[in-house]
Amino acid sequence: MGVQGGRPPAMNIVVLVKQVPDTATERKLNPADNTLDRASSDGVINELDEYAIEEALLLKEKHGGEVTILSAGPDQATDSIRKALSMGADKAIHLNDEALHGSDSLQTAYALAQALRTTEFDVVVLGSESTDARTGVVGAALAEYLGLPQLTLANKVDIDGGTIRIQRQTDDGYDVVEAQLPAVVSVVEKINEPRYPSFKLIMAAKKKPVTKLDAAGAEIDPAKVGLANATTETVDFAAAPPRAAGTVVKDEGTGGVQIADFLASKKFV
Amino acid sequence: MAVDRSLPTSEAADLLDLTVSLVEEKIAPRAAVDERQGLFPRDLFTTLGHSGLLGLPYPEEYGGGGQPYEVYLQVVEELARGWLAVGLGLSVHTLACFPLAGFGSPNQRARLLPELIGGERLGAYCLSEAHSGSDAAALATRAAATDQGYRIDGAKSWITHGGVADFYTLFARTGAPDSGAKGISCFHVPAGSAGLAADAPERKMGMRSSPTAVVRFDGVEVAAEARIGEEGQGFPIALAALDAGRLGIAACAVGVAQAALELAVGYARQRRQFGRPIADFQGLSFMLADMATQTEAARELYLAAARRRDAGRPFGKQAAMAKLFATDVAMRVTTDAVQVLGGYGYTEDFPAERLMREAKVLQIVEGTNQIQRLVIGRHLSREA
Repeated sequence: MGVQGGRPPAMNIVVLVKQVPDTATERKLNPADNTLDRASSDGVINELDEYAIEEALLLKEKHGGEVTILSAGPDQATDSIRKALSMGADKAIHLNDEALHGSDSLQTAYALAQALRTTEFDVVVLGSESTDARTGVVGAALAEYLGLPQLTLANKVDIDGGTIRIQRQTDDGYDVVEAQLPAVVSVVEKINEPRYPSFKLIMAAKKKPVTKLDAAGAEIDPAKVGLANATTETVDFAAAPPRAAGTVVKDEGTGGVQIADFLASKKFV
Repeated sequence: MAVDRSLPTSEAADLLDLTVSLVEEKIAPRAAVDERQGLFPRDLFTTLGHSGLLGLPYPEEYGGGGQPYEVYLQVVEELARGWLAVGLGLSVHTLACFPLAGFGSPNQRARLLPELIGGERLGAYCLSEAHSGSDAAALATRAAATDQGYRIDGAKSWITHGGVADFYTLFARTGAPDSGAKGISCFHVPAGSAGLAADAPERKMGMRSSPTAVVRFDGVEVAAEARIGEEGQGFPIALAALDAGRLGIAACAVGVAQAALELAVGYARQRRQFGRPIADFQGLSFMLADMATQTEAARELYLAAARRRDAGRPFGKQAAMAKLFATDVAMRVTTDAVQVLGGYGYTEDFPAERLMREAKVLQIVEGTNQIQRLVIGRHLSREA
């Protein structure tokens, strides 16, 4: 994408959207194969992906172009794809194949990279992690598979011609990271405030094109994906222990001191 | 404890999801504080406009949502569950658009409807007067023919959004003073018209964030094309609008009842006395059971009337029944919610007392519940 003076050329932006179990509901693993039981809870768009969609829409509003949603997941992921389209994205690709079931982060990144090869893009935007697995590595692995620059944990994105510059959030501030497009960007929630869908966009979303893609269509090597070929293994899991009863401090004149001591012991003060 | 709704389409389900998100993130959190201070949440109506919620039952070709009443009313219910001032505000706005959408000329509709229903404009509906409430046909506001159109003189009372609306749908007398129901016409009057002014808002028992005011028309000049429908057609237009508007009030009432029910159930499950949650005591659980049953029945009654309307069948009697029943239910359920919360229910620290004050107005507006009984009784005595 070269700079041609005046308005930069329109951009093709792909947003990776993952459907995850609603964090407000009880989430379960399937004891048979230690994978997520996706049928046991409502699927919603991974929260950080909503920020990624918003950032893509803002980039489109500024530079023109198209926003494409790419989601890998089972049939029910169509609900999240429709929601993403109703926020204002233009079209979607749904990668859906039973062979992908149980893929770990690395395999998922490979599959997404293959799916991305079926479309044109200048920038790929994704949330920096998902609320279910929380590995936070898919963005980096994806960039590696594609051989593209990765700009992670962005709380600000600027694109000027063929150059992308982000503020990479750190513990005590931010780093400025710059790369040439095309590139992969992961975002954190400080970056923007995701918009609400409007009813007109909800209606319009029904008519937007969703390309169905299976493993063969994306030229995904079946030997490289799925639970049987995973590079990592979930060997065991256990339910979170029930919350222990709190400590009751009875105020007999020293309540304030005891609370201060407690907070100090936990390094809150 | 989200309401389990049966909705006709997937986009209607998405619309309700959007509404619930708006209610829980933007609307409900502000209700208590803004009501205490009497702040009108104009910005929330702008948000509703951006989200496409200000014209749901009107045609898509004019920027509306093209939704059946069955769906539109459930949106109103959800909004009222979060904050009655917003749910009722949407119902009143929809009522104010009704004459133009239903009786306007093609030219008027093309010119005015898109900005009324597709954008952020807020409407008010001006029928009642100080001496013409239940007896609406006795209204005295005068619209005298001039060379260019009409000159309007009079005052309208109890106007929701009076002073803050962007347009006023007005009923005024074009016939002789004794022309009764046959001498009334309907007009579209933009805010800012010379001679149009609102008094200070009424100091109400509840719903203080929704301004209610006298709106005065002192020699307001409007063009002939500001008239909606024929001269003398105003009263039938007003009654048709009110039939639909009553369903909006019924939906609001169910929303308020639902909020009170959720509050009471949540409290009763968490409040412990004698070593267990008070919800486990039969005396209290029977109260909750009655509250839930009445709320559910009221919802189904307004939805049954709405589905009749959507199917093009007469629904005036059913609308009156739904308004009567749902608003009486809201009054009972909110009163019981205060009782379930005991002393806390009587304080401003919990929303129960506010919901009870809000429910009361619904028994009065858009036809008192005595008028609803009159309407139902007339149907019974005249129907074949």
